[in-house]
Amino acid sequence: MTKHLFRTCPESGLQFHQSAERLIRAHAVVAVVMLLIGGITALMVTLTRWPAVHLLPADRFYQLLTIHGINMLIYWIIFFEIAVLYFCSSTLLRVRIATPRLAWLGFFLMVAGAVLNNYSVLSGNSSVMMTSYVPMPADPNFYLGLILFAVGALIGCFIFLGTLVIAREEKTYEGSIPLVTFGALTACIIAIFTIAMGAIILIPTYLWSVGLIGYIDPAMYRLIWWGFGHSSQQINVAAHVSVWYAIAAIVFGAKPLSEKVSRGAFLLYIFFLQLASAHHLLVDPGLSSTWKIFNTSYAMYLAVLASMVHGLTVPGSIEVAQRAKGLSRGLFEWLRKAPWGNPVFSGMFISVIGFGFIGGISGVVMGTEQINIIIHNTIYVPGHFHATVVLGTTLAFMSLTYFLIPVLFRRQVILPGLARWQPYLFGGGMALFTLVMMGAGTLGVQRRHWDMTFTDSLLGFDYPASAYTLMGIVGVSGVTAVVGGAIFVLITVGSVFFGKRVDSESHFGTATTRLMRAAPDLTPQGGHAAAGKWGFAAPGTFVLAIFFLSIFVIYYWVNWKYLASVWPLS
Amino acid sequence: MSTIQPPSEIIWWKQPLDRVEGTWIAIALIWSLIMFVMMPLWHVYGKQNLSNEAYRTTPEAFMAKTQAMVNEYTVRTETNQQIPVVSPPPGSDVYLIARLWQWWPILELEKGQTYRLHIASMDWQHGFSLQPVNINTQILPGYEMVLTLTPDTSGDQTIICNEFCGIGHHNMVGKIRVRESEL
Repeated sequence: MTKHLFRTCPESGLQFHQSAERLIRAHAVVAVVMLLIGGITALMVTLTRWPAVHLLPADRFYQLLTIHGINMLIYWIIFFEIAVLYFCSSTLLRVRIATPRLAWLGFFLMVAGAVLNNYSVLSGNSSVMMTSYVPMPADPNFYLGLILFAVGALIGCFIFLGTLVIAREEKTYEGSIPLVTFGALTACIIAIFTIAMGAIILIPTYLWSVGLIGYIDPAMYRLIWWGFGHSSQQINVAAHVSVWYAIAAIVFGAKPLSEKVSRGAFLLYIFFLQLASAHHLLVDPGLSSTWKIFNTSYAMYLAVLASMVHGLTVPGSIEVAQRAKGLSRGLFEWLRKAPWGNPVFSGMFISVIGFGFIGGISGVVMGTEQINIIIHNTIYVPGHFHATVVLGTTLAFMSLTYFLIPVLFRRQVILPGLARWQPYLFGGGMALFTLVMMGAGTLGVQRRHWDMTFTDSLLGFDYPASAYTLMGIVGVSGVTAVVGGAIFVLITVGSVFFGKRVDSESHFGTATTRLMRAAPDLTPQGGHAAAGKWGFAAPGTFVLAIFFLSIFVIYYWVNWKYLASVWPLS
Repeated sequence: MSTIQPPSEIIWWKQPLDRVEGTWIAIALIWSLIMFVMMPLWHVYGKQNLSNEAYRTTPEAFMAKTQAMVNEYTVRTETNQQIPVVSPPPGSDVYLIARLWQWWPILELEKGQTYRLHIASMDWQHGFSLQPVNINTQILPGYEMVLTLTPDTSGDQTIICNEFCGIGHHNMVGKIRVRESEL
C-alpha cells in the first residue's frame, strides 16, 4: 500500500496531502498562465475599443476578442476552480486526495484541450467568439479542444466528490463538512450540470463541423449552449462566495451567523441558478413569455435571494467577529479598523461590494424580460459580466492567491508594498470600466463591434459625443485594470519562483490529525445580540444592506421608466 | 474559524437564526416577489412587450415574401447599390431581411401607425438593434420573428447588427425612416 504523506502548515494549521498539493500547485500555475494570455489580449481589445486609439485591424480584433473571452471565462477560472475544489476537499478535510493519477489525467486533458482550442483560434479560422453560434463555422479543433477540456474538468469534479467520500469513510473530520466545503460542493454540482450541457451541444456541433451532421438548429443551440455558457459563470458564483467565507474565516476567525441560512442559500443556488441560461434568450424568437419570465427570474428570484443572503452573511460574520474583539463602537468601527492594507482582505471586500452593487444589480435589471429589450447585446452586457466575473470572481481568487503563496508554495510574497495596492488599482479600474461600459450600452454602443464610427458602412450612423467620451473612459479604465492584473501576475510568478522561502519548518510525514468541530460559541453577556444594536448582531452590515437595496430599487425603476420611453411594441 | 471547520453544533440546522438574518431574508424575499410580478404586470399594463410571435421559415420563402413587398411598395432607391426604399401601407405586414452584411430593404414608415415587422436571417445569426430609440432583438436563420411596433418619433432610425457575424459585422447597417403623419 502506498504511503500517504502529509505536512501541516505551522502558520495556518492547514494540512496538505503531498499529491493534492502538487495538483493544486499545477492547476493554480496554469490558471495564472491563462490569466496572462487573457490579460494581454484584454489590453489589445481595450485599446481597440478606445476610439482615439483604435489599435487593431478588424480581423485581428475579432480573433483576439475570441481568445480573451475563452481564456478568461473558461480556462483561467476553471483551472483555478479545480484547484479550489482540491483545496476545499483534500486540504480542508485533512484527507488524501482520491486517485491522484486520474486527477493528473484530467489536468493534462484540460491543458491539451485549452492548447488545441487556442491554437485553432490563433491559426485564424475560428474567430467565432466564445459563443461560437451556429451556423457560423469554426475549425473542428475549436470544438474538440473545448470537449477535451470539459472531459478533464469533469474528471476533476469526480475526484473532488471521491475525496469527500474518502474523508467520510476514513472519518478525517468530526460532524458535518465545513461551510466552505459545502459551497465548493455546490460549485461542483453546478459544474457537472454545466459540463453535461456543454457535451450535449458541443459534441453534435463538432460532428456538424466535420460534416457528419447536416443541421444544428440555431435556437436549440442557443438554449443548450447557454446552459453551459451561463451555468459555467454560476460555478464561479458558488466558488467565489465560498472563497469569501474562507477568507472571512482565515483573516478574522469569523464563523457564519448561522450555518442553516448560509447552507440554505447554497442549496437555493443548486436548485435555481441554472435557469439563468434564459437571460440570453429574452429577445429570441420561438420562446413564450411565460417560459422567459419563469426562467429568467430563477423561479421567483430565489437565486437572487440567495445571493442577497450571502451578501449579508459574509460581511455580517466579519462584523460579529470584529465586535467580539472589542471593535464595537458605533456602526462601522469594525469595518474602519479592518486590515485594509492586507490584500487578502481588501481584495475580498472589494469583490463583495463590486459583485453585489455593480454586477448583481445590473444583472437582475437586464435579466428582466422586457428591460432586456433596451440592453440585449449592447456593451452594457460585458459591462455587467466584467463586474460579476472580474470584480467578483477574479478578484476573490486573487485575494485567495495572496494567502496561498506562503501557505501552499512556502514562499514570501515579493514586493509587499505593491501587493498592498494591487486590489485597489485592479478593483478601482475595473469598477470604473464596468460602469462606463454600462453607460455606453445605454446609449446603444454595441458589444463585439470593431468600429463605432461606421466609417466603411454604406449607410452610416453617428453616436452622440457622450458615447465617445464614455468609450474613451472605457479605454483608460481598462488599461488601468490591465496594469493591476499585470502587477498581480508579476507578484505571483515572482513570489513562486524567486520569493524568499518561508522560515518555518513544514515537512511531509505520515502523521495526520483529525479535523475537529469549531469551538462552541462564546455567547457575550446579555446574548449574542448585545454586542450589536437593535437586537441585531451585525447592525452595520444591515445598514449597508439597506443602502444596497435602496440603490437596487431606484435603479430598477429608472430602467422601467427608460423602457417606457421607447416605441410601443406588442 | 468555523467556516473552514465543521459546525460547532452537531445539530446545526436547529440553531436559531439571528434577527438581522431573519429581517433581511424577509425584506429580500418581498423585493424578489415584487420584481417577479412586475414582468406579468407589464404585459398587462405596459406598452413595450414582445409578442413572441414567430414562425419557422426558409431563406427562399422569406426572400419571396420580402421581394413581393419590395416590388409593390418601392418608392425610390438609395446609394449607388440602388437599395430599394419601401413604403408599405400602415397596418400592413413589413418584411426585413438580415444577411451578410446588410439589412434589406430600407423601410419608410409613418409615425403613429402600427406595423407588423417580420425579420429573418438568410444565413448566420444577427442582432437587430434600432438606434437611437434602442430596441434590440435576436435574429436567427430559420425563424421569422414578428414585432408589432408603432413608431412614435419621426426621423431616421438606424439598424445596427449587434450579434457578431464575421468580418463585415461592423458594416452591417440599415435604416428605418419615419415620416410625420400625413393626417
